[in-house]
Amino acid sequence: MTMVSASPASAPRDGLLSHARHIVAENPVTGIAFGLFALLVIAAVLGPWIVPYDPLASDTVNALQPPSAAHWFGTDQLGRDIFSRVVVATRLDMVIAIASVALVFIAGGFAGIASGYFGGWTDRIVGRVSDTIMAFPLFVLAMGIVAALGNTVTNIVIATAIINFPLYVRVARAEANIRREAGFVQAARLTGNSEMRILLTQIAPNILPLMMVQVSLTMGYAILNAAGLSFIGLGVRPPTPEWGIMVAEGASFIVSGEWWIAFFPGVTLMLAVFCFNLLGDGLRDLVDPQRRT
Amino acid sequence: MNVHNVPPNHVQPPLLDVRDLSVEFATRRGVVRAVEKVNIRLAKGETLGIVGESGSGKSVTSYTVMRILDRAGRIAEGAIRFGGVDLVGASESEVRALRGREMSMIFQNPRAALNPIRKVGKQIEDVLIEHVQAQPSDAKEKAIEALKAVRIARPEERYHAYPFELSGGMCQRIVIALALACRPQLLIADEPTTGLDVTTQKAVMDLVVELTRERNMSTILITHDLGLAAAYCDRVMVMEKGKVVETANASEIFRAPQHPYTRKLMRATPRGGVTLRDLLPEDVAAAMDAPSEPAAAPGQGPLLKVEALVKEYPRQLTGGGLAQALGFRGASADPFRAVDGISFEVARGESLGLVGESGCGKSTTSMMLMRLIDPTSGRIMFDGTDLSAIPAKQFARSAFRLRIQMVFQDPTDSLNPRFTAARSIADPLMRMGTAMGSAALRARVEELAGHVGLPPEFLDRFPHQLSGGQKARVGIARAIALNPDLVVLDEPTAALDVSVQAVVLNLLQDLKTKLGMSYIFVSHDLEVVRMLCDRVIVMRAGAIVEEGGTEQVMAAPKAAYTRELLASIPHPPI
Repeated sequence: MTMVSASPASAPRDGLLSHARHIVAENPVTGIAFGLFALLVIAAVLGPWIVPYDPLASDTVNALQPPSAAHWFGTDQLGRDIFSRVVVATRLDMVIAIASVALVFIAGGFAGIASGYFGGWTDRIVGRVSDTIMAFPLFVLAMGIVAALGNTVTNIVIATAIINFPLYVRVARAEANIRREAGFVQAARLTGNSEMRILLTQIAPNILPLMMVQVSLTMGYAILNAAGLSFIGLGVRPPTPEWGIMVAEGASFIVSGEWWIAFFPGVTLMLAVFCFNLLGDGLRDLVDPQRRT
Repeated sequence: MNVHNVPPNHVQPPLLDVRDLSVEFATRRGVVRAVEKVNIRLAKGETLGIVGESGSGKSVTSYTVMRILDRAGRIAEGAIRFGGVDLVGASESEVRALRGREMSMIFQNPRAALNPIRKVGKQIEDVLIEHVQAQPSDAKEKAIEALKAVRIARPEERYHAYPFELSGGMCQRIVIALALACRPQLLIADEPTTGLDVTTQKAVMDLVVELTRERNMSTILITHDLGLAAAYCDRVMVMEKGKVVETANASEIFRAPQHPYTRKLMRATPRGGVTLRDLLPEDVAAAMDAPSEPAAAPGQGPLLKVEALVKEYPRQLTGGGLAQALGFRGASADPFRAVDGISFEVARGESLGLVGESGCGKSTTSMMLMRLIDPTSGRIMFDGTDLSAIPAKQFARSAFRLRIQMVFQDPTDSLNPRFTAARSIADPLMRMGTAMGSAALRARVEELAGHVGLPPEFLDRFPHQLSGGQKARVGIARAIALNPDLVVLDEPTAALDVSVQAVVLNLLQDLKTKLGMSYIFVSHDLEVVRMLCDRVIVMRAGAIVEEGGTEQVMAAPKAAYTRELLASIPHPPI
């Protein structure tokens, strides 16, 4: 289709800031997601210094207090301030999520691109490995990995990365496969690039926008997974503040009417997952140069 | 061809009456007017050609008539009346009833217009039943009739074919059958033959004209090819930047073009008896030097000598997936020979044209010469060395890599969307050139950009911020960055507008003279080959059918196939 070109000869490039502003203006939901994300980052970085109480200090006199001006989210069975614990827990949950996603982004992304680009044996091996992982119920697989390797944060990160591996492989493989015979890849071969170099400098950057969506989606899932493992008693151990443990501890009190113990960490968890899921589209628009017209 | 015999009858009210139509698009940088005050009057049985280059608004005009503009576009002003019905004010359901039944459209890419997983006969039935032209009981019969109408051989058999089993020309016939199944009064054909071979183009256009004449239909043919429009239309309307610059009878527009833009388009259209310089606007051509004879490049013997080159591909087995999976290999299926033992030479400083239609093996040949794929057998002697001895996978490290370069067909596809123009041009220098600092590299990139006429301020742009012609220049600059001896040009202008094509062809000619390179110019367009090449090879089904000096082959073709190719080029009535 022919159309009068919208971009005039002048001003070919926007700054990143004005580009971000445009994306937020185009889709306000992205703005909300970025706002929530900023809040999460602040809580994760400054958490221990901004909370009103020590998240570990128990105060049995004030146990099981409902939300009030002094304790915004109420207190738990040991009298610990739930608001402080929720805020401080952000760092641990975010570290687990970011570390596991970074790990699977690099490993899964590379394996997927290589399998789509080279095909043949590379494709078969990577494909069968991810099929094997997909064959298990993923959460049960994560449980098994943590139970087998030991109950540490590092192992939660590894388990979360492993169960997300097939998702990254699939996306990266499909995208690399489309671009394998693209003109610019052929041109790169002619200019003397080695195959590995083409993979890293020509194919990978072009797949980045789609991978960013994947990152943001799995980030929410990784948080949920970490909290889920803690909920069933694997991974992080009490009294460390962590959303999953807090929901698990509060669950038994819901019946007796002390709903706030499980409710507030649960809502925070939900908002964090929600935020990352919404962030996906915005991130893709931000890293895609074609959107910057 | 006698296609412009009846002058349009202006006494009865026109079938399609477009008045002062303006269309706007809401974009990020404000509202853009794609079409500005366009008037069209199309009488019953008349054929109108709308000609223009990309961005002229010709497609947008036709989409507006069909009311299939995308959401960002809207009709800013004007009226469209079709057979007395006001289309601007009509509701979507009213327009939907007209679409397909009263007015139809055929698109550029026939394969994309067909549902890939549904039998073509069923797709025709769907249209017939949707518009109550047939009942499920007699739909099959009518669908086969429709296939017969578009001259498809063995229609009962083709009824069961899937689109991927048919050739491009055959698919376009199916699309025409779909468009004409309900006997509409108006047919809009948007670049119906772009991407088809020239012989197929002729067959498809002849069919469209014949059918519309038979049924007294009105046709709008949208094309970038002035020659095609003039050969097949009663009247031609030339558009530029959303405005109609000239409307005239087809026979007159070539004889006496009024508007300067029409004249520029006409000059730029490759045709018999002109040189490359003649394609450029007069003032530009006058300012350039006449092409001088290239300095003979040093070295002995031919630069490239191809001997009995063969490329075979294993044939798709017919046993079906299950039989293959179970190990029932078809009994020694002969491999498919894409290139069947061709031999030729390229002298130093010579340009050789490689002509043929899709599937003739010209692209496979160029890929083998570029050493991107390995030949099955045969030798590629380059400057005395047999390149086919070096496997394609290792050729990237070979010292010969930088001496053979290529300009790709699609300038958009061949540039990495995430690299700036400068980065794309610098890539070969960084990989294979002598080591240099970033300042020297930048200087060399700017020098190359100067060679291809790309202003330096464009170097920091990404491909999507460049026009088609600018992208083509980046591709050429990249290919010549290391002063190669041989450049394979794979239809480098096929995706470009004619006026841009004229500039790029001249640029290629000048670069060849200046840098003493040899070209292999792969093309389906004999007129373009004639202007750029010294010698030409005509290929068909993997073999060479004719070889000789370009002028000689064009003037007195020996092979019947070459004559057929030449006869299929649309000749405007002059």
